[in-house]
Amino acid sequence: MAALRLLSSVSALCLLGVAAQAEQIFVSNERDNTVTVIDSVTLEVKKTIKTGERPRGIIASEDKTEVFVCAGDEDRLDVIDPKTLEVVRTLDSGPDPELLDLDPAGERIYIANEDDAMVTVMERATGKVIKEVVVGVEPEGMAVSPDGKLVVATSESTSMAHFIDAGTLELVANVLVDTRPRHAEFEPGGARVWVTSEIGGTVAVLDAATYEPVKKISFAIPDVKPELIQPVGLRFSKDGKLAFVALGPANHVAVVDSASFEVVDYILVGQRPWHIEMHPDGSKLYVANGQTNDMTVIDVASLKAERSVPVGRLPWGIAITP
Amino acid sequence: MRLSATGRAAVLAAGLLLGLVGSPPPLPGSVQAAEPATTSKQPAKPPLFALRVVYLGKRYPEPPPLSLVEPILDDKGLQGARLAQQENQLTGRLMRQDYQLVEQILPEDGDVVAAARSLLAAGERYIVADLNAPDLLAIADLPEAQAALIMNVRANDDELRNEQCRVNVYHVAPSDAMRADGLAQYLAWKRWNSWFLVRGEQPEDLRYAAALRRAAGRFGGKIVEERAYQFEAGARRVESGHQQIQTQMPLLTQAAPDYDVLVVADAGERFGEYLMFRTEQPKLVVGTHGLVSAAWHRAYEQFGSMSLHSAFEKLADRQITEADYLAWLGVKIFAEAALRTSKADLDTIRKYLTSDAFVAPGFKGVGLTFRRWDHQLRQPMLIAWRGSLVSMSPQDAFLHEHFATDTLGHDQPESGCRFGG
Repeated sequence: MAALRLLSSVSALCLLGVAAQAEQIFVSNERDNTVTVIDSVTLEVKKTIKTGERPRGIIASEDKTEVFVCAGDEDRLDVIDPKTLEVVRTLDSGPDPELLDLDPAGERIYIANEDDAMVTVMERATGKVIKEVVVGVEPEGMAVSPDGKLVVATSESTSMAHFIDAGTLELVANVLVDTRPRHAEFEPGGARVWVTSEIGGTVAVLDAATYEPVKKISFAIPDVKPELIQPVGLRFSKDGKLAFVALGPANHVAVVDSASFEVVDYILVGQRPWHIEMHPDGSKLYVANGQTNDMTVIDVASLKAERSVPVGRLPWGIAITP
Repeated sequence: MRLSATGRAAVLAAGLLLGLVGSPPPLPGSVQAAEPATTSKQPAKPPLFALRVVYLGKRYPEPPPLSLVEPILDDKGLQGARLAQQENQLTGRLMRQDYQLVEQILPEDGDVVAAARSLLAAGERYIVADLNAPDLLAIADLPEAQAALIMNVRANDDELRNEQCRVNVYHVAPSDAMRADGLAQYLAWKRWNSWFLVRGEQPEDLRYAAALRRAAGRFGGKIVEERAYQFEAGARRVESGHQQIQTQMPLLTQAAPDYDVLVVADAGERFGEYLMFRTEQPKLVVGTHGLVSAAWHRAYEQFGSMSLHSAFEKLADRQITEADYLAWLGVKIFAEAALRTSKADLDTIRKYLTSDAFVAPGFKGVGLTFRRWDHQLRQPMLIAWRGSLVSMSPQDAFLHEHFATDTLGHDQPESGCRFGG
């Protein structure tokens, strides 16, 4: 037993060693029309990449060979090669792309077209539009289930989570959530999907099989006015036990126990934390702070904010590749 | 077609649920063209409920904007209501609910009481009123209107939120006091505390001037002098008219005690436009012209509002005005209440509007709620000039124990509204 325990702590140490390996953190800067690339070890800026107008949603493909950036005002996606840190191709995304997700096989891109009440389903390799699925007004959040079979889009004005069958590309359910849903995220196991509501100030947990609401999570921070608590970005810890929720103008990231749905902590970060991303090894959480033009690094084990790194103006979203 | 996960109430016909819409039109068959034919041959299921909103307006004589840059519009407000209806229908299709909008715009000499009577007799319960204060009160006081809810999207009169408040009227339009307080908070933040107030003599000018005086008292402004502009502006276009204006405005503003900003109250659009760049001393102009305080502005793009601008421009082929935004919001509020409660009956909607659960989204970064003491919608004010957004009030420095937005307008302790009962 003791030997086993020793072994596991050795492997834990090895894991920590891996954590020191440099990843590249890509931060989209909405106001600057750039993406800042940061080295995860030194936290130095490696490069600032020029993109199309109004870069917001940003995501790395599962195989980490491409980073996709929604350039909202140019109706396109800019695709960055993480090796060369150049925009190597652009894809016609349909009007005003805001957020996107890829299927786990890396074959399809699902894009929320904010201005057009649509989800664009696109073939990743060719950029060919497979289908445009009509959803509610002002679609924003976009998430594909871990098995790739179910897609969720949120519509901000209609306040719904729209479930789309990835096989038929038909709407299978529309679930009303609190006002202005911004982001959808499947639990790592895929059983439930969490939807943040910015103006409602809550997170809805929906069953991915029945589409029924399981739980509504509320937040309260001492000395912060309730109307400033505006959940936006959400990520799970690598083991799925904790959910991190960026609370916008409340300037905190909430930490939620994903089994009990209890809020276990509030971490003070920069101003207006928007979207967040987890280091692939689960050790750090990165937070884009829209008003203070910086990125907060949170240590996941201690739940402490460790560092603040200046990026471009109005940082919006984060993606990570080796 | 399975558009809703919950099909269990399908047997309930909308007409039975409501009784107010004679026979609701069938639900549009599919979610636009992107929805291919499904294998199901079932006819479209009837909606779970129907909500019908009436947009009631009147063509009041309105002076054309003095600026030739501003278009003369005859569909202000109405287009906003239409956009809301379009959005509501989309929601309705997804949720199996039916939303309808009835438009009734009366001529300048139209009888608003007769029109309201016949609407109410036909069973209408939800009215978005693009009416001035006398017309609004006339319909609100009808005995049959006690079983209706009226959203005021036009009248700014402080009186309507105080002594002349009505329990069946909700104010989506900001009051004069909210507007003036929003501006005054920004001036206080700038420490531009000495105001030279120049006002017109129309009733609406006097009302806004009174709100500005009140705002000065609340936020540390000092009105060093108040002056009335007594001339008619005359035609919008006159050959070499600029020469007269160039000499008139310095005359109007000369020999005032030292001041920081010229605060103009020209809600009647007679001369305010002409003050900028023509004052005797080189001073900024704020108030109804120059830097304004508004519920909405085309230069505003925060909190997702670009999507409202572009949807509106696609629909109406012009830029959105404050009146359009307020009408949009008025229609949306009724729909939001029905959507959240899954009901469309008067009692449910009325209770919901002032419940803790109600929040209206208005692209302002905070949820909008109704004050229970006077039914005024709380909302941040945009401080803007023609070209860009300058600030949003309330300013951070002005604190409130409940809602920061309650620093704008008449807070509960100072309210003169008593709903009675």
